[in-house]
Amino acid sequence: MNENRMSVSAFFQKYTMVIALVVVVIFFAIATGGGSLKPGSINNLISQNGYVFVLASGMLLCILTGGNIDLSVGSVVCFSAAVGCVLMDKGVNMWIVVLVMLAIGLLIGIFQGFWIAKIRVPAFIATLSGMYAFRGLSNVVLGGYRVDISNEKFLFLFGGGRDCYIPDIIRQWMGSEGKPNLTCLAVGIILTLVYILMTVRKIHVQKKFNIHQSVLGQCVTTGAISVVILFITWQIASFRGIPTVLIWIGLILGIYQYITTKTAIGRHLYAVGGNEKATALSGVKTRNVYWFAYASIGLMAGLAGILTAARAKGIDPTYGEGYEMDAIASCFIGGASAYGGIGKVSGMIIGAVLMGVINQGMNMVGVDSNFQKVVKGLVLLAAVIFDVMSKRQKR
Amino acid sequence: MAKILLEMKNITKTFPGVKALDNVNLQVEEGEIHALVGENGAGKSTLMNVLSGIYPHGTYEGDIIYNGQVCKFSNIKDSEKLGIVIIHQELALVPEMTIGENMYLGNERGHKYAIDWNTTFAEADKYLKMVNLEESSKVQVKTIGTGKQQLVEIAKALAKQAKLLILDEPTSSLNEEDSRALLDLMLGFKKQGMTMIIISHKLNEVAYVADKITVIRDGTTIETIDNRGPEPVSEERIIKGMVGREMTNRFPKREGVKIGDVMMEVEHWTVHHPLYPERKVVDDVSINVRKGEVVGIYGLMGAGRTELAMSIFGQSYGVNFSGKLKIDGKEVKMKKSEADAIRHKIAYVTEDRKGNGLILSQSIKVNTSLANLNSLAKLGVIDQDKEYAVAEEYRDKLKTKTPTVEQLVGNLSGGNQQKVLLAKWMFAEPDIMLLDEPTRGIDVGAKYEIYCIINDLAAQGKSVVMISSELPEVLGMSDRIYIMNEGKIIGEMKAQDATQENIMALILQSGRGA
Repeated sequence: MNENRMSVSAFFQKYTMVIALVVVVIFFAIATGGGSLKPGSINNLISQNGYVFVLASGMLLCILTGGNIDLSVGSVVCFSAAVGCVLMDKGVNMWIVVLVMLAIGLLIGIFQGFWIAKIRVPAFIATLSGMYAFRGLSNVVLGGYRVDISNEKFLFLFGGGRDCYIPDIIRQWMGSEGKPNLTCLAVGIILTLVYILMTVRKIHVQKKFNIHQSVLGQCVTTGAISVVILFITWQIASFRGIPTVLIWIGLILGIYQYITTKTAIGRHLYAVGGNEKATALSGVKTRNVYWFAYASIGLMAGLAGILTAARAKGIDPTYGEGYEMDAIASCFIGGASAYGGIGKVSGMIIGAVLMGVINQGMNMVGVDSNFQKVVKGLVLLAAVIFDVMSKRQKR
Repeated sequence: MAKILLEMKNITKTFPGVKALDNVNLQVEEGEIHALVGENGAGKSTLMNVLSGIYPHGTYEGDIIYNGQVCKFSNIKDSEKLGIVIIHQELALVPEMTIGENMYLGNERGHKYAIDWNTTFAEADKYLKMVNLEESSKVQVKTIGTGKQQLVEIAKALAKQAKLLILDEPTSSLNEEDSRALLDLMLGFKKQGMTMIIISHKLNEVAYVADKITVIRDGTTIETIDNRGPEPVSEERIIKGMVGREMTNRFPKREGVKIGDVMMEVEHWTVHHPLYPERKVVDDVSINVRKGEVVGIYGLMGAGRTELAMSIFGQSYGVNFSGKLKIDGKEVKMKKSEADAIRHKIAYVTEDRKGNGLILSQSIKVNTSLANLNSLAKLGVIDQDKEYAVAEEYRDKLKTKTPTVEQLVGNLSGGNQQKVLLAKWMFAEPDIMLLDEPTRGIDVGAKYEIYCIINDLAAQGKSVVMISSELPEVLGMSDRIYIMNEGKIIGEMKAQDATQENIMALILQSGRGA
């Protein structure tokens, strides 16, 4: 069956960013003498980039609606964190604070979404004004100074410092101590098995409906991803176990993967980005689709505020600057179309990891931080150039 | 024997995997109008792209001999220098710019860094006069209609000192009247010695205007028909060459369909223009359609047909509505919502399938389910296996040619895209289907298949309203015909009483009366 076989060039086109990621990982592994693949490094990679995954998930939905972006998330992260830290400082119950922080993000998202969806203010401008306004408000709330968090439970749950790891329940139950973290290993293995089972079911369904897709290709992909999951599991298990922030990342990525692939609202996001007029004439309330996207990224900004404050054990009026750019870059590097309608959560994850690996690798090698920005910029440009070029060839 | 101006010899052009042109030969005499006809995908446009240098020398085999010289164009500028100018099917005008600015775009008068606007507009006006366009060149292009925009394109080509003018589907977006004017303009140019190549699907126009007709099928030249005799070549004769067989009946018969009760009634329906609310776009229109009936609405472009259909479909066009809409005898108070219309079992299949109908970047499956996604979803979660099965079912039913329903709609031919669009609205399970130009820009074979689908819909008891600006189609397919002009219904005829002549006469009369 010739159709089922992909040509070499098509393969490279489809998996460019994966290949790029592998190349970059290998490059830094060599440059750091294997240091970048050490358990501690992988653990740091996850903890440091938690906010990127969360924000990029929300950003992806906005970009899907037609290349619209949200510039305000960095400021909203800071604002939500600032209010939360001040409240906690005053001794308000931690759970109430968490809800307040999420509510702040969601309300800001709904507020900005209202102007974008209903009044049709261009998203770029509506969120640019949000970027200024909430940065200013953060400063006002904090009075210009840093506010610290001392609530240990908050820090533990949202993955801040040293001890924010899921305790090794299995070893506690067995009454033993040491490494590797058995709970972490168990979770990793269960996840891998579930993933493999899902692929098997998918292939089975494809057979049933006579969908022609290369079974071998899917098996290879699943195998490769399983190996990566198991490798990461082993590495973090032999460090301190599952960082609590990973739970949040996993939860959000799972939810957004589900929204984009399985739900009607997800389908509407792609449809609006692909052809808004046709979507409206199909009876879809397109303005509500925009509103949903902006409300969702607002909520994510609130959550990212929690994660940021927990990681930094406090908040400073400058925190969150440039976060919006990290999120946007992850989506575009991950193959989202700047015109909307195209983009996947899986691609966005690749984009975010690629940026994270480059960041961390350059830090370990000791590249000057100004040059780091140059490199990040070039990577983004290269990714988009490649995307545009490969589309042109098709015509 | 006149001099041969252009000869294309043994042109072969391969794209990765496909031979788009295979040893094509074309001879064009000086001062003639030469028509290229063929089904979609036959290779007409590819051939013209080779000629104009869009596909540069070296990417194809064979020779282009123009004015006795072998030409090796590496881009459009090269061919334009020799006076070969192509006017593409999609108008390439910038709506926000004036006519004059558009005409000299890339061909600016005066100095590169100091455009001479006086010369620009003066010369532009001169060419506008040549194409009989009574507009100032300082008018913005977006304010004039499509018919006039097409004339601007021609004036733009003339301004490039065209000697060989290539028109790709010049009348595809024009109404009958504007089309006729354009064709007469071409005949006028011919008298002045201009050579032209016209690509068209509209065979009656080809027969009217062309001296010679070259038929292309599957990337090869089939034949060249001489059309200089006293009688124009018959359309059947041309179609025979295009499809490789005789098409005895262009419209399938609808047999044994019982026409039932009135399904939808529109009474005194008036709609105003969204930007100029004082203007009535649809003016006091009353129509009805019965179960199992196909009602044709014929009218020239701008008669308000699309606006009528869209305003019935959830008021998706216009402002300040008045009038009554009755479905199954009951008056329906419809809100300004497409979703509401779909709930009332109305479907509107747009004339603009790429712009308003389909999501080209998505698969056939996604497009098919979009208008009725809720029926496949539980609590907002889509049952994707069911969705796939539905898409497959309609692919089977409508005989859409595609390897899988996961194929992107943007990769399909026009005819197959139209089928996906119909599938989408059939899946929405409407009782009333408003089909707006259902066969625009698709080839003869695909048209026949679409007609069969329409007949099936009627046989299932659906009410079909078919809007079309192709008179033969309206006459061949409808049970009853409404004729629309300037927002009003000016006549209603039974299919057996209607002829091309009495419909056109009606339109001319009403135009004079107004």
